[in-house]
Amino acid sequence: MTEWRYWLAEQRGTLIALGIFIFMFAIYITNHPAGLTPNVAQTASNKATLLALVAMAQALVVITAGIDLSIGSIFVLTNCLASWLVQGTPAETAFGIVLVLSVGLLCGTVNGLIVLFGRLQPIVATIGTGAVYFGIALMLRPLPGGSVNETLADAMTGKLLGVVPTSLVFLLAIVLLIWVPFSRSVAGRAAYAAGSSEQSAYMSGVPIRRGKLAAYALSGLLAGTGGLFLTFFTYSGEASTASASTYTLFSIAAVVLGGVSLYGGKGSIIGAIFGAFAFRTIGDLMFVFDLDALWQPLFQGVILLAAISFGSIGLLRVRNRLEWFR
Amino acid sequence: MSEALPMRTVKRIPKFLRRADPAILTAFGCIVALIIVGSVYSPSFLSTDYLLQQLKVASFLGVIATGMMLVILLGQIDLSVPWVVAGGAMMACAATAYGPVAAALAIPFGIFCGTAFGTLNGFGVAYLRIPSMIVTLATNAVAQGLMVVYTGGFAPRDSATNAMRYLATGALVPGVPNAVVVWALVGAGMVFMLTKTRFGRAVYGIGNRERAAYLSGVNTRRVVLIAFAISGGLSALGGVLLAGYASKAAQAMGDAYLLPAIAAVVLGGTSILGGKGSYLGTVAGVILITLLQSILSVIQMPEAGRQIIYGVVIISMLLLYGRTPSKG
Amino acid sequence: MDSIPLFQMEKVSKRYGGVHALEKADLTVEAGRIHAILGENGAGKSTLIKIMAGVVMPDEGRMLMKDQEMSFSSPAAAVRQGVACIFQELSLIPDLSVADNIMITDPPKRFGLIDRRKQRLIAMDALARAGAEDIHPAALVGDLPLSRRQLVEIAKALARDPKILILDEATSALTAADVEKVFAVLRRLRNEGMALLFISHRMNEITELADTCTVFRNGRNVATYEAGSRSENEVVEMMIGRHYSHVFPPKPRAAAIARRPALECRTLSWDNRLKNISLSVRPGEIVGLGGLDGQGQRELLLAIFGVLRGMDGDIFVDGQRVSINSPSAAKVQSLGMALIPEDRKTEGLMLPMSVRDNLSFAALDMLSVRGIIDSQAERQANEDMLRLLAVKTDGLNGPVSALSGGNQQKVVIAKWLMRKPGIILLNDPTRGIDVGTKQEIYQLLRRLAEQGAAILYYSTDYDELIGCCDRVLVLYDGTIKGEFAGNELNEHALVASALNVDHDMGRTRIEGPSS
Repeated sequence: MTEWRYWLAEQRGTLIALGIFIFMFAIYITNHPAGLTPNVAQTASNKATLLALVAMAQALVVITAGIDLSIGSIFVLTNCLASWLVQGTPAETAFGIVLVLSVGLLCGTVNGLIVLFGRLQPIVATIGTGAVYFGIALMLRPLPGGSVNETLADAMTGKLLGVVPTSLVFLLAIVLLIWVPFSRSVAGRAAYAAGSSEQSAYMSGVPIRRGKLAAYALSGLLAGTGGLFLTFFTYSGEASTASASTYTLFSIAAVVLGGVSLYGGKGSIIGAIFGAFAFRTIGDLMFVFDLDALWQPLFQGVILLAAISFGSIGLLRVRNRLEWFR
Repeated sequence: MSEALPMRTVKRIPKFLRRADPAILTAFGCIVALIIVGSVYSPSFLSTDYLLQQLKVASFLGVIATGMMLVILLGQIDLSVPWVVAGGAMMACAATAYGPVAAALAIPFGIFCGTAFGTLNGFGVAYLRIPSMIVTLATNAVAQGLMVVYTGGFAPRDSATNAMRYLATGALVPGVPNAVVVWALVGAGMVFMLTKTRFGRAVYGIGNRERAAYLSGVNTRRVVLIAFAISGGLSALGGVLLAGYASKAAQAMGDAYLLPAIAAVVLGGTSILGGKGSYLGTVAGVILITLLQSILSVIQMPEAGRQIIYGVVIISMLLLYGRTPSKG
Repeated sequence: MDSIPLFQMEKVSKRYGGVHALEKADLTVEAGRIHAILGENGAGKSTLIKIMAGVVMPDEGRMLMKDQEMSFSSPAAAVRQGVACIFQELSLIPDLSVADNIMITDPPKRFGLIDRRKQRLIAMDALARAGAEDIHPAALVGDLPLSRRQLVEIAKALARDPKILILDEATSALTAADVEKVFAVLRRLRNEGMALLFISHRMNEITELADTCTVFRNGRNVATYEAGSRSENEVVEMMIGRHYSHVFPPKPRAAAIARRPALECRTLSWDNRLKNISLSVRPGEIVGLGGLDGQGQRELLLAIFGVLRGMDGDIFVDGQRVSINSPSAAKVQSLGMALIPEDRKTEGLMLPMSVRDNLSFAALDMLSVRGIIDSQAERQANEDMLRLLAVKTDGLNGPVSALSGGNQQKVVIAKWLMRKPGIILLNDPTRGIDVGTKQEIYQLLRRLAEQGAAILYYSTDYDELIGCCDRVLVLYDGTIKGEFAGNELNEHALVASALNVDHDMGRTRIEGPSS
């Protein structure tokens, strides 16, 4: 059966990310005093889901060979908005959720429009829009506070049937509802094609703009989902600079660990999920080894540095030095 | 005849204006407009005291943006600014704990640490050819990790040396804050380097077309390495100044400088794709951003509104002149 | 024949700058025939198919499809009209699967989403029609070797169900076994009634495949004939029979013979693209590199200049064995090498930068003291160079992109002459520049040689090689196939040797000579 070999080749980055995650998680669990209990899984999954959602959002843009530095701000903005809207009766709550997600979608669409039609570089355009989104978040929540429909929040961060963490099911649902259709649509394929080789994509008559715009819009939607989930997790909203910038930077790290190429065209959202899981687990490893939690950031940084340096081994195969400069 | 008229109008514009980049002119125009708007609000905006105070505040960002500009000219980016700033500041302050000799060397030591981080960035970008966005991000994480371990996660106890305080807040020339002098020296050095040296030419060449620079026999990898090292050193110097200003280092002191530094460079007309830009533009960008922040705070605009205006200004100025040429 | 031809092109012209790429060219394509287009480098073949494929618009003339006048505004429009083209530069997306690539423009859909199963079936069918059943539709294009990618490209074109299929050097990267398969496929397509336009540099392929041949020369179609009705010699004559428009400086008597070579290469090999190349260039001598484009000439120059890694063989400069691992090592005074690269826009110049910055960029080490540029010396050197090469410019401070192509090329040459190099490597420096500048470059090269420079000169223009060079080496598939000097150095010999006609040893295995 050669069939699965091609599948392997296509999913290489994702599978490596999965491997790293399983490896890290195995170390984590075997050294965890409680072992793999539903409670341990629930806590780990909740924290990881937050980063995973943001990383998925980042991955969508990175696939088109762009970068979104406003991801963290959209995340924080939707968090603040949700802390106002997602409460009350089930109908009100549902309406609130729709509104929060629409705002996420809108933010992403604005990014895409500015990049595509304003012809600005994604990196600078999203620095600007990020400031605006964060400003709006501050307007909504100058001080931390607000509340959320706690029944829903507890359900989303709890366990299904007492075993499976709901957040994992939630992630799975997002993959099925958003990623699978997108990756099989013409727009999704155009996003990949544009990221892989915009020139070839043009020559082949691929709808480049439609693909990129869809990717940015969905990216905003996913970041909004992340913000919503953060509200479930903390029961409140906070316009924190620290969490905006941390999540933006971590999302890039998770995407890279997840096998999504920053040059575009390679990788998948699922890889980004595992990248986020792995990145979180690296951070948590310190606790189970009874090492001082102080070492956590350093450990995270060194592992990240090692992982990306490892990726440059392919350089040794370059035989024409002009290929260094693309 | 038809050609003579525009020629004469062109000649009436002073030479330096004709040659100047429209981006820089726009940025300076905005600065003047901001001062005028501010002075309508309060006449103290036109006082030398206020303007010097603004220059002093701008000089911290100015020093950091100088390094950022060098890297952006290469077509790269340095996302390690936050913790290299903090690291430089903390290491300089830390030196005070090791006796008077160490204290005397505090400033060079802080800068040295920043340069070391910058070198790490440069090695990753130039020799391992990892995209600068990732390498500098990882270096930022490593620097953060080191600093957290060193300080135990608390605000560092060591305070800035007298020399650091003097450098940031003193005034060697009466009336002119030393921080401004430091920025002026750094800026002068940068201008000299960019315009008069082989290294500066190589930076522009690589930013425009690394392939052509390499085939012209420039050691492009070494140039990139050095540029990142300089950027790291300047970030650390910015941190040293900030620590001197606040009398001590703090955990997240550099966070507020990454995006403004990039924005200042880009608003000053330096292309984010590299190869094009002048230091004068970066000066304009730095002053513009500082003034904007100051005026918004003086008119008691809440932080929220400041962020929004800040973002809108960046986007709209870039839409005016920062667009990539259409592919036709 | 009284039936209406499938496609006609009448009096089509296209200019680039001052250069006529096509001039009042006519072409008639019949259904059910394989039509070969012949011509030497720059005869207008590429422009012709670019126009047919909707990549460029003609300046004048008209095109008829079944007697309907039409124009193609984009590649997609051409596809809709039934013209599919397989370009030399691949249009495949490396990170997508074969099936995705084949069905990139118009995939089968189910519930608004791409129906992968159906897409795969169509792709497999197209691959089978292209004779490439062994390529798995799920494989990533980027993981396939170049020859397989060519077959995917053919399958992609077939999946669009074209009436006319254009193959521009589509076999250049194929292995011998694949070529046989592709030929069988092409013959079958012809029998099914498709019109095929076939462009190849390989004479034997044309003889084997074509029904009709049209020869292009200097942007015009000079002859159309039934395949097999002319001998190879007659065809070569038709391709070259052009008027000599250039005046070349007189060549000196072979006085340089006794002297030691300035540059010598022994058994250079690299990555299957250079195979055992040995050559030497003496001071005062201009040695030409000929052959069809993409036979390793570019790689040879890069190899000498220290750009290629993992090269076997030795290079000697002034009799000393040297190992050069970068252009910065090659340009040091003791070696004194200079390379005028292939593409002046991406390799020779930094286009947005000023004339001054570009001119002195390669020689700054000689114009500076401890890293600080001596602006006086720099201005002097720049002005000397502008005068020496008579570069037409508004001044040193304007961007070099504002200059004409010829003047840009002069700047590229000048920036290296500033170093007073002893060994000058040139990679097709006259491509796409005007006749006047070409003449000046010929004169300049001869003058440099007289002053003692050793020059290795690759040109795609046979005229130039004959007029300028003391000796010409012809490359074919990474090896030197012939050496011509004196009376033997004539166009017939060069073209025949480049096409490998005289000693055609059958089709050798050729793995990707075009980069």
